[in-house]
Amino acid sequence: TLELTVRASPTGPGGDMQWCFSQVKGAIDDDVAEADIISTVEFNHTGELLATGDKGGRVVIFQQEIENKSQPQFRSEYNVYSTFQSHEPEFDYLKSLEIEEKINKIRWLPQKNAAQFLLSTNDKTIKLWKISERDKRPEGYNLKEEDGRYKDPNTITSLRVPVLIPMDLMVEASPRRVFANAHTYHINSISVNSDNETYLSADDLRINLWHLEITDRSFNIVDIKPANMEELTEVITAAEFHPHQCNTFVYSSSKGTIRLCDMRASALCDKHSKLFEEPEDPSNRSFFSEIISSISDVKFSHNGRYMMTRDYLSVKIWDLNMENRPVETYQVHEYLRSKLCSLYENDCIFDKFECCWNGNDSVVMTGSYNNFFRMFDRGHRRDVTLEASRENSKPMQVLKPRKVCAGGKRKKDEISVDSLDFNKKILHTAWHPQDNIIAVATTNNLYIFQDKVN
Amino acid sequence: MSGDNEDTQTADETTLDEKEVQDKVISPEKAEEAKLKARYPNLGNKPGGSDLLRKRLQKGQKYFDSGDYNMAKAKIKNKQLPTAAPEKTEITGDHIPTPQDLPQRKPSLVASKLAG
Repeated sequence: TLELTVRASPTGPGGDMQWCFSQVKGAIDDDVAEADIISTVEFNHTGELLATGDKGGRVVIFQQEIENKSQPQFRSEYNVYSTFQSHEPEFDYLKSLEIEEKINKIRWLPQKNAAQFLLSTNDKTIKLWKISERDKRPEGYNLKEEDGRYKDPNTITSLRVPVLIPMDLMVEASPRRVFANAHTYHINSISVNSDNETYLSADDLRINLWHLEITDRSFNIVDIKPANMEELTEVITAAEFHPHQCNTFVYSSSKGTIRLCDMRASALCDKHSKLFEEPEDPSNRSFFSEIISSISDVKFSHNGRYMMTRDYLSVKIWDLNMENRPVETYQVHEYLRSKLCSLYENDCIFDKFECCWNGNDSVVMTGSYNNFFRMFDRGHRRDVTLEASRENSKPMQVLKPRKVCAGGKRKKDEISVDSLDFNKKILHTAWHPQDNIIAVATTNNLYIFQDKVN
Repeated sequence: MSGDNEDTQTADETTLDEKEVQDKVISPEKAEEAKLKARYPNLGNKPGGSDLLRKRLQKGQKYFDSGDYNMAKAKIKNKQLPTAAPEKTEITGDHIPTPQDLPQRKPSLVASKLAG
């Protein structure tokens, strides 16, 4: 039968999206075990699967169920599909270095066959995991009993062909490749190339290129380690391959610059093809300038014409053809500029927020404090602040926009800057590749919101 | 004419006034910087520089020398190595760390609560 699914347009009439609570995953209790802190969230290329990684080295994958035809206003729910321990804590005795099992990033491979593949990485090791379904099992072996014990060969008087019988669906995750020992410093990014054969991994000072089939070697393509470590002035903070041009990748730095590199130009891409940097007014420079300009995330738009960067206070959209300044700048929480001293003392100024694009690159999203997250509608020049909280978690409850009062008179329903909870940070968010479904991670809970279908 | 001059200013005069106001009003960032320097007078002047970056690169560094540990164990046969006082968070210096001093890092045996 031909199945037609009607998808709501990415922005409803008038460009207004109404976000509704859909689901929340995770424990309710306030006492959060460190292992349960969510460290990465990623949809796969169809949006059918949603993966999370946590500080305890575990991966949980959710799958979108087949749409419920009798209740069309409910988009399908995400339920647990598979969960496994990806990385374990290690201790490098030679370097006296403790290696955390925290999953820094998960990236899905485009699907090529029945199985799904993803790359997950901690600070030092990247692993390729195969997630496959098993819904049949063989029965009627000649030499084995049903429980696996071997039969006495003398009792076997006839031969039969084992048959495959249906069984309850079992989803198995198995590590297919382990890419280890290539990073002296801490891995912050992995990115699968559009050629579907290679991927890059970036640490503070170096970027390596791998082939998905080969684990015993990788090519170093960027190395910014100075000969004398005393001269170290910047580190690599994020890196990503261009979505269509397999020769192009970008990496961002702690000084607020982005370098675009072309692998056709030379084997070692230390010399950039383009350098994106917004000029700074020297009279505005302060102790905090460099720290807050550090880029915590860089993401290409789906169409490959733009890239977005996230620094401490803002989100910037860059046109790949214009290096001297971003084409758009959005303030995430400008009211924090007058709180930088406290934020430096409690280390919040070093929080690494991520950002993401919606499917058609018209809206961008990023997290903030107090479990707030922000969306910027590029076309309609509109932005909204929403909150992920258990109090707004009735089924299909529409999220009410939030407002932070920077100073002066606080209106009803506004929250003052000093009342913000800086321990409630939304660092990781993800947007479904086609639909208006978003996954927002608070410290230990995963919220799924969807646009109200008209 | 006088009526006009009371209410309006020439362009030059306006910009001069603005600049004076700017000099007196410190940007919020600079005000925060002054606050920080008042609290920590010994704070170096290279903020984003080497110190911060090197601290970032050294994340995860613990102090356990298997050589020292085994040598010490060989010398003090049959005796216990002195253990660190429980309050010490970083074990370095005179005390020889033992594997017991290092926080035990075991993988999570419990399934993620997201899957619950």
